[in-house]
Amino acid sequence: MTDSLQAAPGPYFGEFGGRFVPEALMAALDELTDAYEKARIDPEFTGELDRLARDYTGRPSILTEIPRFAAHAGGARIFLKREDLNHTGSHKINNVLGQALLTKRLGKTRVIAETGAGQHGVATATAAALMDLECVIYMGEEDTERQALNVARMRLLGAEVIPVATGTRTLRDAINEAFRDWVTNVETTNYVFGTAAGPHPFPAMVRDFQRVISVEAREQMLALGGLPDAVLACVGGGSNAIGSFDAFLDDEGVRLIGCEAAGDGVDTGRHAATLTGGRPGILHGSMSYILQDEDGQTQPSHSISAGLDYPGVGPEHTWLSSIGRAEYWPVTDSEAMDAFRLLTRTEGILPAIESAHALAGAIRLGRELGPGATLLVTLSGRGDKDVEQAARWFDMLPEGDA
Amino acid sequence: MSALTDRLDACRAEGRAALVGYLPVGYPDVDTSLAAMRVLVEAGCDVVEIGPPYSDPVLDGPMIQHAAAKALEGGVKVDDAFTAVRAVAEAGAVPVVMSYANVMLQRGWSCFAKDLVAAGGAGVITPDLTPDAAPEWVEAARAEDVDTIFLVAPSTTRERMKLTCDASRGFVYATPLMGVTGERASLGDAAQRVVSEARAAGAERVCIGVGVSTGAQAAEIAGFADGVIVGTAFVRALGDEGDLESLRAKVAELADGVRSAR
Repeated sequence: MTDSLQAAPGPYFGEFGGRFVPEALMAALDELTDAYEKARIDPEFTGELDRLARDYTGRPSILTEIPRFAAHAGGARIFLKREDLNHTGSHKINNVLGQALLTKRLGKTRVIAETGAGQHGVATATAAALMDLECVIYMGEEDTERQALNVARMRLLGAEVIPVATGTRTLRDAINEAFRDWVTNVETTNYVFGTAAGPHPFPAMVRDFQRVISVEAREQMLALGGLPDAVLACVGGGSNAIGSFDAFLDDEGVRLIGCEAAGDGVDTGRHAATLTGGRPGILHGSMSYILQDEDGQTQPSHSISAGLDYPGVGPEHTWLSSIGRAEYWPVTDSEAMDAFRLLTRTEGILPAIESAHALAGAIRLGRELGPGATLLVTLSGRGDKDVEQAARWFDMLPEGDA
Repeated sequence: MSALTDRLDACRAEGRAALVGYLPVGYPDVDTSLAAMRVLVEAGCDVVEIGPPYSDPVLDGPMIQHAAAKALEGGVKVDDAFTAVRAVAEAGAVPVVMSYANVMLQRGWSCFAKDLVAAGGAGVITPDLTPDAAPEWVEAARAEDVDTIFLVAPSTTRERMKLTCDASRGFVYATPLMGVTGERASLGDAAQRVVSEARAAGAERVCIGVGVSTGAQAAEIAGFADGVIVGTAFVRALGDEGDLESLRAKVAELADGVRSAR
C-alpha cells in the first residue's frame, strides 16, 4: 500500500486543479483557504458542524436495502445511502452548512451561490436564513423554468434569485455571473460554491464537507457484514460523488463508479458526459476536463437533469479517472428515467433525476456482476422537485395540461 | 525593451499618456472588427488590445459579453485574432492580445506566443491568469520575447503586488475599482491609489483599465498613469451595426483626453 489517496489537500490533484482566476479574487481565495485550514482543525468549528449535522440536517443518514429494485438489477444486493432524507432534500446541505459557518468566521454578511437544479440554491438560502446572512442565488433562466418550484422555495426562504439570461442560460452561466458578482463585492461577500470544482480551495473543501457521506456509509456497510463491491454516485460537478468515494479510496477491492449525464447519447453531441467526451482545459477557475471545441470554446451541455447539465467536472474526479482509481460511465436521459420509474414503483422512493443516473449505473453493474455482488448507491436527492418534469416525460399529466 | 515599452516611452516623451483601445475580434463581424481596429489607430490609439472570442468571459461586463457572444455566433475563430494583430501592426499601432486562459492553453502556451510574434504582436494581457498560476505561460512568453501583462486590483496584497509587477513585462494593467469591465462614473482617487501601489512595488509602466469611458476621465488618469485603456465605451460606440464614424468620434474624444492632462 502506498500513500493514502484520501482527503488529498489540493491545490493540485495530479496535474488537475489549481487556481485560474482574476487577480482581484486571489486575496479572497487566500483568506478563505486560510480560514478553512484553521477551522478544520478547530474543535469549536468541527463541533458546531457536527451538531448541525445531527440536530439540523438529521445525520447520520440511513442505509436502505432495495431488494425489489435489485431484482431488476441482476439480483445483486443494493443499498441506498439516503442523502435524500437530509433537511432540504439533498446532499447539498452538508457542504453549505460548512461554508456558511466559515462565512461567519470571515466576518462577511452576504453569501452568493450558483444553482442548477436549485438544490444547492435551496440549501444555501436555508443556511442563510438560519445564520442571518443576506443571500443572492444565480440560476440559469432555462433552469428557473424547469425548476420553478425550487425558485419559489428560495424566495420563501428570503433569498433573492437572479435568473441568468446570458449564454446557454444554465448552470455554467450562473457560475460566470456569480464570479462577476464576487469580483465586484468580495469585501462583504463569500461565494458558497456548490460543487467540488472551481478554484482552490473549493474542490478540496467541498469534498471534505461531503466526505461524511462515505465515512458514515463505510461504517454502516461494515456493520452489515462487509465493504461493497462498488460504490456508485452521479457526477455533474461531482460533489456527492467525491463525498461518496473519499473514505473508500484506499479500499482497493471497492470499485468507484461515477455516472455522468449522457443526455441523448454521447455520440449525438447532446450530452454532459465530460470525462467521457471532453479533454483537459481551464474553466471556472481550475484545470480539469471540459466539453469544448478545438479553439477552447466551452460547448453547450445537455441533460434532462439540471443538476448534471454542466460541461465541466471537478478536478479530483479527472485525477481519479486518470490514475484509474475511479470509472466514469455515461448514462442517457432515457436510462436515467427508466431507473427513476423503477425505484419509485418497486420501493416507493422517488429519487431526484440526478440520482437516478447512479441508479441506472447500478442496474447495469448488477446485471454484469450478478447475485453475489453488493452495491452501494448514493441517493443524492429526492425527486419532489422533478415531479412535473417526470410526469411530462412519462406522459402522465392530464389532457391539455402537458 | 519591446515595441510596447518603446511606444509607451515615446508617449511619455511627448508629455502624455498612451491610449490603449480594446475591441473584440469578430464584433459585429470579422471584417468590420478589423476595419474598426484600423479606425482606432487612425483616430489616436497608440496600442490596440485585441480580444479573441471566449465563451465564458468572467471578467467582462454585459457590453463585452454581448459582443463576444455575437462574435462567436458569427463563427469567429481564434485564428482571426492573429489576422487582427497583423492588421493593427500594419496600421501603425502596437498590437497586444487580451486572452482568457483556456483559449491560450488549447493552442498551446508556446504556440500562442510564437503565433503572436509571427503576426507582429507585442504582448498578452491575461485577465484570468496570474503569474503564480501559469509559470508555463511566463516561460513560453519569455522564450519568444512576448510581453506578459498581468492585472492588479485594489484587493491585491502588497506581497502579490510585488510578485505581479516582477512578472509583468510591457506594463502593469491596474484596475481602479473592483468589478467587471464597464463604464463607471468616478475613478480618480482609486485609480491613483492602485497606480502608486504598483509603482511602489517596482512597476515602471502602469496603465489603467476597466471603467474609463470619457475624455475627462482619460485626462484625469493621464495625469498619473502611463496609459489609459478603453474597451466598453468603444465597443458600445461601434455597436451591432458597426458604426465606424461613431467609433472614430469616441476614440478622438479619448485621444484628446490623454493629451490634455499635463
